[in-house]
Amino acid sequence: MKVRLALTVNGESREVLAPVHKTLLEVLREDLGLTGTKHGCELGECGTCTVLVDGEPVLSCLALPVAIEGRAITTIEGMAEGGELHPLQQAFAELGAAQCGYCTPGILLTAQALLDETPTPTRDEIKEALAGNLCRCTGYTKILDAVELASMRMGARK
Amino acid sequence: MHPFTLERPRDVATAMMLGARGAPATEYIAGGTDMLPLLKDEVLRPERLVAVGAGVLDDRIELGRDGTLRIGAAARMTDVADHEGVGETFPLIAQALLAGASPQVRNMATLGGNLLQRTRCGYFRDVGVVACNKRRPGSGCAAMDGDNRMHAVLGGSDQCIATHASDVAVALVALDARLRLRSLDGERIVALEAFHRVPGDAPQVETVLAPGELIAAIEVPAGAALARRSHYLKVRDRVSFEFALVSAAVALDVEDGRIRMARVAMGGVGTKPWRMPRVEQALAGARCDGTAYRAAAERATDGAVPRGRNGFKLDLMVRTLVRALEIAGGQA
Repeated sequence: MKVRLALTVNGESREVLAPVHKTLLEVLREDLGLTGTKHGCELGECGTCTVLVDGEPVLSCLALPVAIEGRAITTIEGMAEGGELHPLQQAFAELGAAQCGYCTPGILLTAQALLDETPTPTRDEIKEALAGNLCRCTGYTKILDAVELASMRMGARK
Repeated sequence: MHPFTLERPRDVATAMMLGARGAPATEYIAGGTDMLPLLKDEVLRPERLVAVGAGVLDDRIELGRDGTLRIGAAARMTDVADHEGVGETFPLIAQALLAGASPQVRNMATLGGNLLQRTRCGYFRDVGVVACNKRRPGSGCAAMDGDNRMHAVLGGSDQCIATHASDVAVALVALDARLRLRSLDGERIVALEAFHRVPGDAPQVETVLAPGELIAAIEVPAGAALARRSHYLKVRDRVSFEFALVSAAVALDVEDGRIRMARVAMGGVGTKPWRMPRVEQALAGARCDGTAYRAAAERATDGAVPRGRNGFKLDLMVRTLVRALEIAGGQA
């Protein structure tokens, strides 16, 4: 059974005709061409497929898009504004907080939701917020450093 | 995934009518954080899903004037954990919620769905394994002589030793929570402790829910708040995003260094969230000190049956419980 989906992705209205059992992750990647959202464990255990729905991190591999119609979906493609990297993206690049990079989109969006809610989080709060995002390369230290750096820069800019 | 149709009923009555019919094979879906993995792994192969999240089922969280906490079944884990009234009156519930899953999952998963999540037994979740009485009644149990390190030592049968994985259910059982269940026949109230069933010779039947019946709300009685000193301690292989090896929910009513009343339940060790009445009795009237905690905690393993690799849980249960009691009750 195909259904017509009206999704709002990165501020744009998008219409898709897709089988009802297709997950949000599959619709984003295959029907909307937004391949920045990564396909990891598919079972909700790795956090790689994280997107924001109304500003909150959710797992696109466990979401049926029909349940998210009318809500604001943000993927990694929507994070930079007007060609300018988000301070988190800038900090991750400068500090080498990515190695293979596969987990990075999910971590960036999860960190963005944290900083939107808690502009100056403690290190423990950052760890707790990122507890659902696995990284097999970095050992996390540089990721935590980069979130702290972005937080400081965003605070200084205000 | 096996293809399915999806119904989005306007109200709970329509949902129950759809769910109560025997055909086509139907499952309810709310947050989807357990349903989607079960569908992807083809542990479940329904022909139809009926969506019962917020908008169909109640998602409000209310602390009533009489002190009763009422949580709509569609309330998300995040919203319950962050609720001010929950944090102040029943911090045990918030602690247990935050010890479970990950932030992303908590942003999606509902409380009703949490109570109904299926076991994490690897043999149940792997359709390539033939022997699973829960998935294929009568096929045997691969965990009996298999990798049963995570499995239950309480409430098992020779048919099934799978644990119930919820953290918050352990806290809720300790606090005497009850469920409002709704079906086409009306509403009934069932104690959470009596909601899940031990496997016996029918491990495929996990709760007392009738076909089509739904959890509408969870209620925690005001009296449970008297046990103000509480703690949820979860011991697991890694510190985040992992299920419990052993967990303990403890709430104590303490006066002048003595325990008037104790509420204790444990997770990770039973085929359902496991209340510990013998531990509670041993604590009632006892002084808040390590000797009393230890003597009471040793009652937790009464009747426990280890099976091969999960024998370590017996010692771990006692130690976890002692630690939780020390944190909650302190030393007189």
